[in-house]
Amino acid sequence: MDKVLLTRWFWWLLLLPLIFIGTRVFQVVWYDPSALGPDPAQSLVDLFGTTALWFLCAVLFVTPLQALIRARWLLRQRRALGVACFGYALMHWLSYAGLLLEWQWQNLGQDLLNRPYIIVGFLAGLMLLVLAGTSNNVSVRALGRRWRILHRLVYPAALLVLIHMFWVARSDYTEVALYSAVVLLLLLHRWRHQTKSS
Amino acid sequence: MKAPVGSKLTERDVTPEAIYLNRRQYLKASAVGAAALMAPALKASEAAPSVDPAPLWLQSQNKQASSSPFSTTEKLTPYEYVTGYNNFYEFGTGKDDPEKKGQDFKPHPWQVTVSGLAEGTGTFDLEDLLKGLAVEERIYRLRCVEAWSMVIPWLGVPMAALLKRLKPLSSARYVAFETVYRPEEMPGQGSFFAAIDYPYVEGLRMDEAMHPLTLMATGVYGRSLPNQNGAPLRLVVPWKYGFKSIKSIRKITFTDRQPQTTWEKANAREYGFYANVNPAVDHPRWSQAEERRLPSTLFASNRVPTLPFNGYADAVAGLYQGMDLTKYY
Repeated sequence: MDKVLLTRWFWWLLLLPLIFIGTRVFQVVWYDPSALGPDPAQSLVDLFGTTALWFLCAVLFVTPLQALIRARWLLRQRRALGVACFGYALMHWLSYAGLLLEWQWQNLGQDLLNRPYIIVGFLAGLMLLVLAGTSNNVSVRALGRRWRILHRLVYPAALLVLIHMFWVARSDYTEVALYSAVVLLLLLHRWRHQTKSS
Repeated sequence: MKAPVGSKLTERDVTPEAIYLNRRQYLKASAVGAAALMAPALKASEAAPSVDPAPLWLQSQNKQASSSPFSTTEKLTPYEYVTGYNNFYEFGTGKDDPEKKGQDFKPHPWQVTVSGLAEGTGTFDLEDLLKGLAVEERIYRLRCVEAWSMVIPWLGVPMAALLKRLKPLSSARYVAFETVYRPEEMPGQGSFFAAIDYPYVEGLRMDEAMHPLTLMATGVYGRSLPNQNGAPLRLVVPWKYGFKSIKSIRKITFTDRQPQTTWEKANAREYGFYANVNPAVDHPRWSQAEERRLPSTLFASNRVPTLPFNGYADAVAGLYQGMDLTKYY
C-alpha cells in the first residue's frame, strides 16, 4: 500500500477510541442519558485513562516490534502514537478536573498536595506533556542528540503511571498486575537491546 | 414522628411506589389529584421487573412490607442503577461486574449459622430465621466511601428484632457477620491478585446493631434482593459508609471483642472499624466533604455536601458521645 495512504489510515486508527468515546458522549447529551452509566464523568475519566495507557504500551511496543518485523515505517509513526497517548492522558485529566471536580481549584489543589496517586499521575502527565511538546520535526532537529536522551523520559513516565494505577486499585490488583507485566517486559527488552547496541 | 402505617403491597403497587411516596407533591401540583397521580409514567428502567426469582415465602413476606417513618422522601435512584452500578468485589472490580457476573450465584436454599455469645446458636434455614418478622420498607441514603451516593428503597427486618430472636447474652458486646464463601460462583473470591481477604467479614458494636435504623435487608424496590445487591440477606447501616453493609450473610457471631473487618485488615489507615460517614475526616485518597448523588449528568455532577452520619446524626450521634471520631473513623 502507498506509504502516504498507510500513514493516513494509521492516524485514523489513533482517533478510533476518541470516536468511540465521543459517540457515547453524543448519546448522553442528545438522547440517552444512561449511555455512560449513572456516573458518566467517572466513566469518562476511566475510559480516557485506560486508552492513554494502551497507547503508552503501544509506544513502548514499537521498538521491539520493529526489530521483529523490520518495518521502518512503524518507527516513523512512534511520535504520532506518543502524541495520541498524551492526548488521551490530557482528556483523562480534563474529565477529572472539569467534569468530576467541576474546576473547583481548591479541591484540585488539595488533591494535588495530599493524594499520592494524584501526585504521581500528575508528574507522569507533565512528562508526557514535555515529550508531546517536543514531538515535532523542529524540536527533533533543534535538539539533535539530546532529543533521544530527553525522550527516555517515557520510561519513568510509564513507571509512574503504573504506581498511579497501583494506588488507585482498592480491592484487586489483577488489572495493574497485567499492565505491569506488559510494561516491565517491554522495558526489559528495551534495556537489553540498548546495552547490546551501545 | 408519625407511626408506621401498615399497608399491604400487591404486585401492582410495586411500580408506582415512587409516585405513591411523592403523592403530596403531585396533589399540590394539580387540583385534580387523581389525574395527577396517573400522569407521570415511570420509565421501565426506573422500576423493578415484575419477575422475582426468590422462593414464594420470601416474595410474600417482602410484599407485605409496611412503610416506615425512617424513610427519606428524596428522589429515588432508578432501579437500573441501584442494581447495575455497585461494588460487590466477590463478583469483580467493575461497577457493572456484580450484575454481569452475579447471575450464576444461587442464593436459595440459604442457611445462616449463628454462633458465639447467644442462646439461640445453631444453623437455621433462612425461612425459619425470618419467620414472623415484619418486613418494612426503608428508603435510605447510601453513601459509598468513594464519594458517591444513592437513595435506595430497601425492604428488610429491623436488625434488633432479628438479633433479639437469637437471644444474645449480656456479655455479647459486638456482633460479627461473614459473607458466604463460594469461589466457584463468585469469581472475585478466587482472584490471585485480590487485595482483600475472602470471605468478607464485618462487624458492629451491639448498640449499633440494635439501633432502630439498622436493617437486615431482604429486598429492594419491592422485590427480593437481586444477587448483585447481596441476596438473600444483607446488612444496611445508613449512617456508615457502604462497605459496612456486608452482603450475602452466611454467619452471625456474637462476641465480647471488637471483630476484625475486611477493610481494616486490608488497609487500616484508610478504613476503620466504625466507618461512620464523616465529611470532616477525608479518606486518604479523596475528600469526603461532598458526594455525587447518582445518577449525575455529564455536565452537572450533582454534588451535594456530605452530612455527618450521612444525615442521620439526630438519631445516632448519641452512640458515639465522647469518642474522638477522627481517631475512631
